[in-house]
Amino acid sequence: MNTRKILTGVALAASSMLSQAQQLDITVTNLTQGIYYTPILIGAHNGDMSLFTTGEMASTQLQMMAEGGDISGLSMMLTDASADIVENPAEGLLAPTMSTTTMLDTTDGNMYLSIVSMMLPTNDGFIGLNSWMIPTEAGTYTFTLNAYDAGTEANDEVINGGGAPGVAGIPAAPGGDAGVGGMGVTQDEANAYIHIHRGSLGDDDLAGGKSDLDNTVHRWLNPVARVTVVVN
Amino acid sequence: MKRTSNKILALSMASFLALAGCDHNDSSSNNEDDMMVPAPAPVPVTYSFQVTVSNLTYAQPMSPIAVILHDEGQFWAIGESASSALEVLAESGDNSALLADSLVLMGQSGEGLIMPGKSETIEVSFDDNFPEYLSVATMLVNTNDAFTGINAMALTSLMVGESISLTTSSYDAGTEKNTELMSTIPGPASGGSGEGYNEARDDYDKIAMHAGVVSVDDGLSTSVLTQAHKFDNPTLHISISRTE
Repeated sequence: MNTRKILTGVALAASSMLSQAQQLDITVTNLTQGIYYTPILIGAHNGDMSLFTTGEMASTQLQMMAEGGDISGLSMMLTDASADIVENPAEGLLAPTMSTTTMLDTTDGNMYLSIVSMMLPTNDGFIGLNSWMIPTEAGTYTFTLNAYDAGTEANDEVINGGGAPGVAGIPAAPGGDAGVGGMGVTQDEANAYIHIHRGSLGDDDLAGGKSDLDNTVHRWLNPVARVTVVVN
Repeated sequence: MKRTSNKILALSMASFLALAGCDHNDSSSNNEDDMMVPAPAPVPVTYSFQVTVSNLTYAQPMSPIAVILHDEGQFWAIGESASSALEVLAESGDNSALLADSLVLMGQSGEGLIMPGKSETIEVSFDDNFPEYLSVATMLVNTNDAFTGINAMALTSLMVGESISLTTSSYDAGTEKNTELMSTIPGPASGGSGEGYNEARDDYDKIAMHAGVVSVDDGLSTSVLTQAHKFDNPTLHISISRTE
């Protein structure tokens, strides 16, 4: 942390350009074959806040997003920090292999880009970009995102509509390709800190078994999303 | 195709120049020929690349590698339907259709399967114009339709003597459902008995990142694959050197 702060300080001293307003075109692509992304939240913000940090506990606002796809809490956090915000660029779910593109004008000092969206069907899985420093040089920048687990809910893999924070279960499988009657994979969430998602298990019994997920449809490997940022 | 036409062009220019030279020595040469300024003969330039591909998986042999130089286009895109040439490669490991694609300036096939832990170096060259892009493709043969590789990497900034290394992730061609049944896996996991290419498209028909194989040991009771065939990203390490 110290190193990072020092580096940030040096970079700030080196160029006042860094805090200039910028105009960005941002494209998010769902790279998975069977996972849907709930309304995406994109924010350009200052270095004093972050939407999530691996190894730390999720905020209540992040939990709302990761368990139920509700981005209103995180959006309010961004608003309170005078961030530049795009909510729900895909106007609903971003289906497997689909892309959405949006523009974001940043204001002075909002030098960091963050992106989050819940992965369905999962209990509390989300795609995340945390505080990517927006380049000052015009150009096209492409990178990929991994899947995270908010650490707030046991991955029971039971689809029961449970999307409110603290309520067990998965809200829905938008592809309509999941099963029913799963006994539940686990009741435990031993790691309560935000971590890389270990992936879903699923099973091959759509009428029972441990999981309501289909193990040939609802698994994934990282990376799960691609982001292209055009700095104009 | 492009290479052939360039050669023909070079040949015809050379013969024209020879003819012009003869005319010039001939006292009966007409004025019109004398007025022409012959273009300098093109100096043949060869652009050569060494591509070393290493298989990083535990038990997924890679089908013979296709290494392709091209000036435009790409061979796949997330969310798009696979070309039939890519479908053939991803379902059966046969790279011949992809290497014959109209985008290809110069294509080279690896000699055979690259077994896990092994690597192969493939050389590819093109004359006359600097090829803009390099693509690489291969099938993970103990799968239904998984493939990996490089899609249209720009070569422009690669100077002679320089090299670049990268790792690749795996894709699902989306053209064959991931049943993992013995009858559908062409690789050694089925004893080679499984079907390779089948023109029917019974999956999403959109290219996506591959979710990995499930296997009989991890909950797909009808799978011919075992825990040994599971893989994670990345699946290949590739090093590209420009040699001339």
